[in-house]
Amino acid sequence: MKQDGADKSKRRFLTGAATVVGGTGLVLTAVPFINYWLPSARTKAAGAPVEVDVSKLEPGQRVSPEWRGKPVWVLRRDERMLETLPELEDQLRDPESKVASQQPPYAQNRHRSLKPEYLVLVGICTHLGCSPLFEPEPGVYGDDWLGGFFCPCHGSKFDLAGRVYQGVPAPTNLVVPPYRFADDGTVVVGEDPQDGGAA
Amino acid sequence: MSNGTRSNGLLGWIDARFPLTKMWNEHVGEYYAPRNFNFWYFFGSLALLVLVIQIVSGIWLTMNYKPAAEMAFSSVEYIMRDVQWGWLIRYIHSTGASAFFVVVYLHMFRALLYGSYQKPRELLWIFGMLIYLVLMAEAFMGYLLPWGQMSYWGAQVIISLFGAIPGVGEDLALWIRGDYNISDVTLNRFFALHVIALPLVLVFLVVAHILALHEVGSNNPDGVDIKKNKDSNGNPLDGIPFHPYYTVKDLFGAGCFLIVFAIVVFYLPEMGGLFLEKPNFAPADPLKTPDHIAPVWYFTPFYAILRAIPDKLGGVLAMGAAIVVLFFLPWIDRGRVRSIRYRGLAYKLALALFAIAFVVLGYMGLQTPSDVFVGLTATRWSQIGTTIYFGFFVFLWIYTFFGLEKTKPVPERVTE
Repeated sequence: MKQDGADKSKRRFLTGAATVVGGTGLVLTAVPFINYWLPSARTKAAGAPVEVDVSKLEPGQRVSPEWRGKPVWVLRRDERMLETLPELEDQLRDPESKVASQQPPYAQNRHRSLKPEYLVLVGICTHLGCSPLFEPEPGVYGDDWLGGFFCPCHGSKFDLAGRVYQGVPAPTNLVVPPYRFADDGTVVVGEDPQDGGAA
Repeated sequence: MSNGTRSNGLLGWIDARFPLTKMWNEHVGEYYAPRNFNFWYFFGSLALLVLVIQIVSGIWLTMNYKPAAEMAFSSVEYIMRDVQWGWLIRYIHSTGASAFFVVVYLHMFRALLYGSYQKPRELLWIFGMLIYLVLMAEAFMGYLLPWGQMSYWGAQVIISLFGAIPGVGEDLALWIRGDYNISDVTLNRFFALHVIALPLVLVFLVVAHILALHEVGSNNPDGVDIKKNKDSNGNPLDGIPFHPYYTVKDLFGAGCFLIVFAIVVFYLPEMGGLFLEKPNFAPADPLKTPDHIAPVWYFTPFYAILRAIPDKLGGVLAMGAAIVVLFFLPWIDRGRVRSIRYRGLAYKLALALFAIAFVVLGYMGLQTPSDVFVGLTATRWSQIGTTIYFGFFVFLWIYTFFGLEKTKPVPERVTE
């Protein structure tokens, strides 16, 4: 580049200005390319709430509807199942469900549900996303197994409220999705109760 | 073609417009490689051969494959059953994926044996590691495409790994999937990345790898710098032109490789569930996890490290670190003797132990964590293997940084 008689500070300014303007343009252009990967409008719409009929569910039975492409479990717990919940709380990682992201506020209780009887969970292990097995019978996975969910992938264990045991790879309790009762026999997964779950 | 002369005819016409002869000479005809290459030096050219096999068979597969959740599984079945020779093209591609990793692992082990990552070949090693990284992404995304049970749940597990990153993890996983769960959207974008984006990056990196190699020159089993001793023409005394000497040697290697490759393609394409896992013969079911999930064999050493740590974030970090640490190998090893032939006894033992640990990790990564082998669970074995894996690098740094290594004198010229 010929430097004779050139105004170097003007050149530096022009180079700098062109770099800033061009760089800004590049960064802004990256936005649509990155956001293109986010869920589309159709994908979001497919994440709409799902109605589940639980009126025919006997105590101890479970149904597995699909919500946002994930398995959801609705388990109607019987008396024995509910009685097991306090028993092994000293072996749980988060017995009082203090990790707020794992359930809506109205499910932050011992039974982790609106009604003690009905448990609603996203059936995806909080470790690496496998779908745990439902094993209600005591003693199946060791002598102190009181029934619960067992992940076959990496051996994580959860109790009958989806609370994770200590010493397994899953870090947190299973997720309770937002849900409400449209009437006594219908659960709507994906929507909070209109009264915020106060009832 | 020696320097200075200009050819006439068609070649002369081209050379006046494009550096064809110049490039040929620089990279093949007059590229001087050490004369003492051994068995371990087959795998670089074999990796290139497998890359070509994968690109060609992959292009052929895209002609009939449908990257949509509704059709993907059946389109693969269609290729297998109805397309003329479709089964062969698919088995070539699926066997090629495993062959790629066999060849690349042996190629990398060669670098450890002869110190091929040491100065001045650091950048060559880093390009190689980047190739390995992209290759893993390429293999992972390709494995989702048949949309079988293992495709689906394997991808589910691996993408969930990103969710372990504190703060942004879940959003990042959502961004990668483009959906709340692995779905048609995910499949479609993995297809785009698998057939266009990553192969392009791979080819670019391979070119950079070879350019870096030809800039610094090939290492050899003695770890001797052949550029120190040159003849009157300026060519290394211990070097021989790549063509015809090594083109012929590599052709022989390619022939042997292709015989083994053909045996696998024709008689063992599934390799007993190692190359094509059994649950993948059932279509993906988002509501049911297979009883036992394991990645394909070439990922299992790292998968075992992931499972060895009883903590989600810790496991993910350990797995990531197991790969990242390899990038830093040229700076961890402070030794100046390259070849294992002249390195200290402790290095030889440590490298052997490291290789065994890698194989043990690979085996344990295929097993159910609670299964017992020789009195210890797979998890316990994985923890031992993980300790040795990382211990190797710690040992290597201490051993070389504090000058504890007792090396043998390195000869001036290559031996044999």
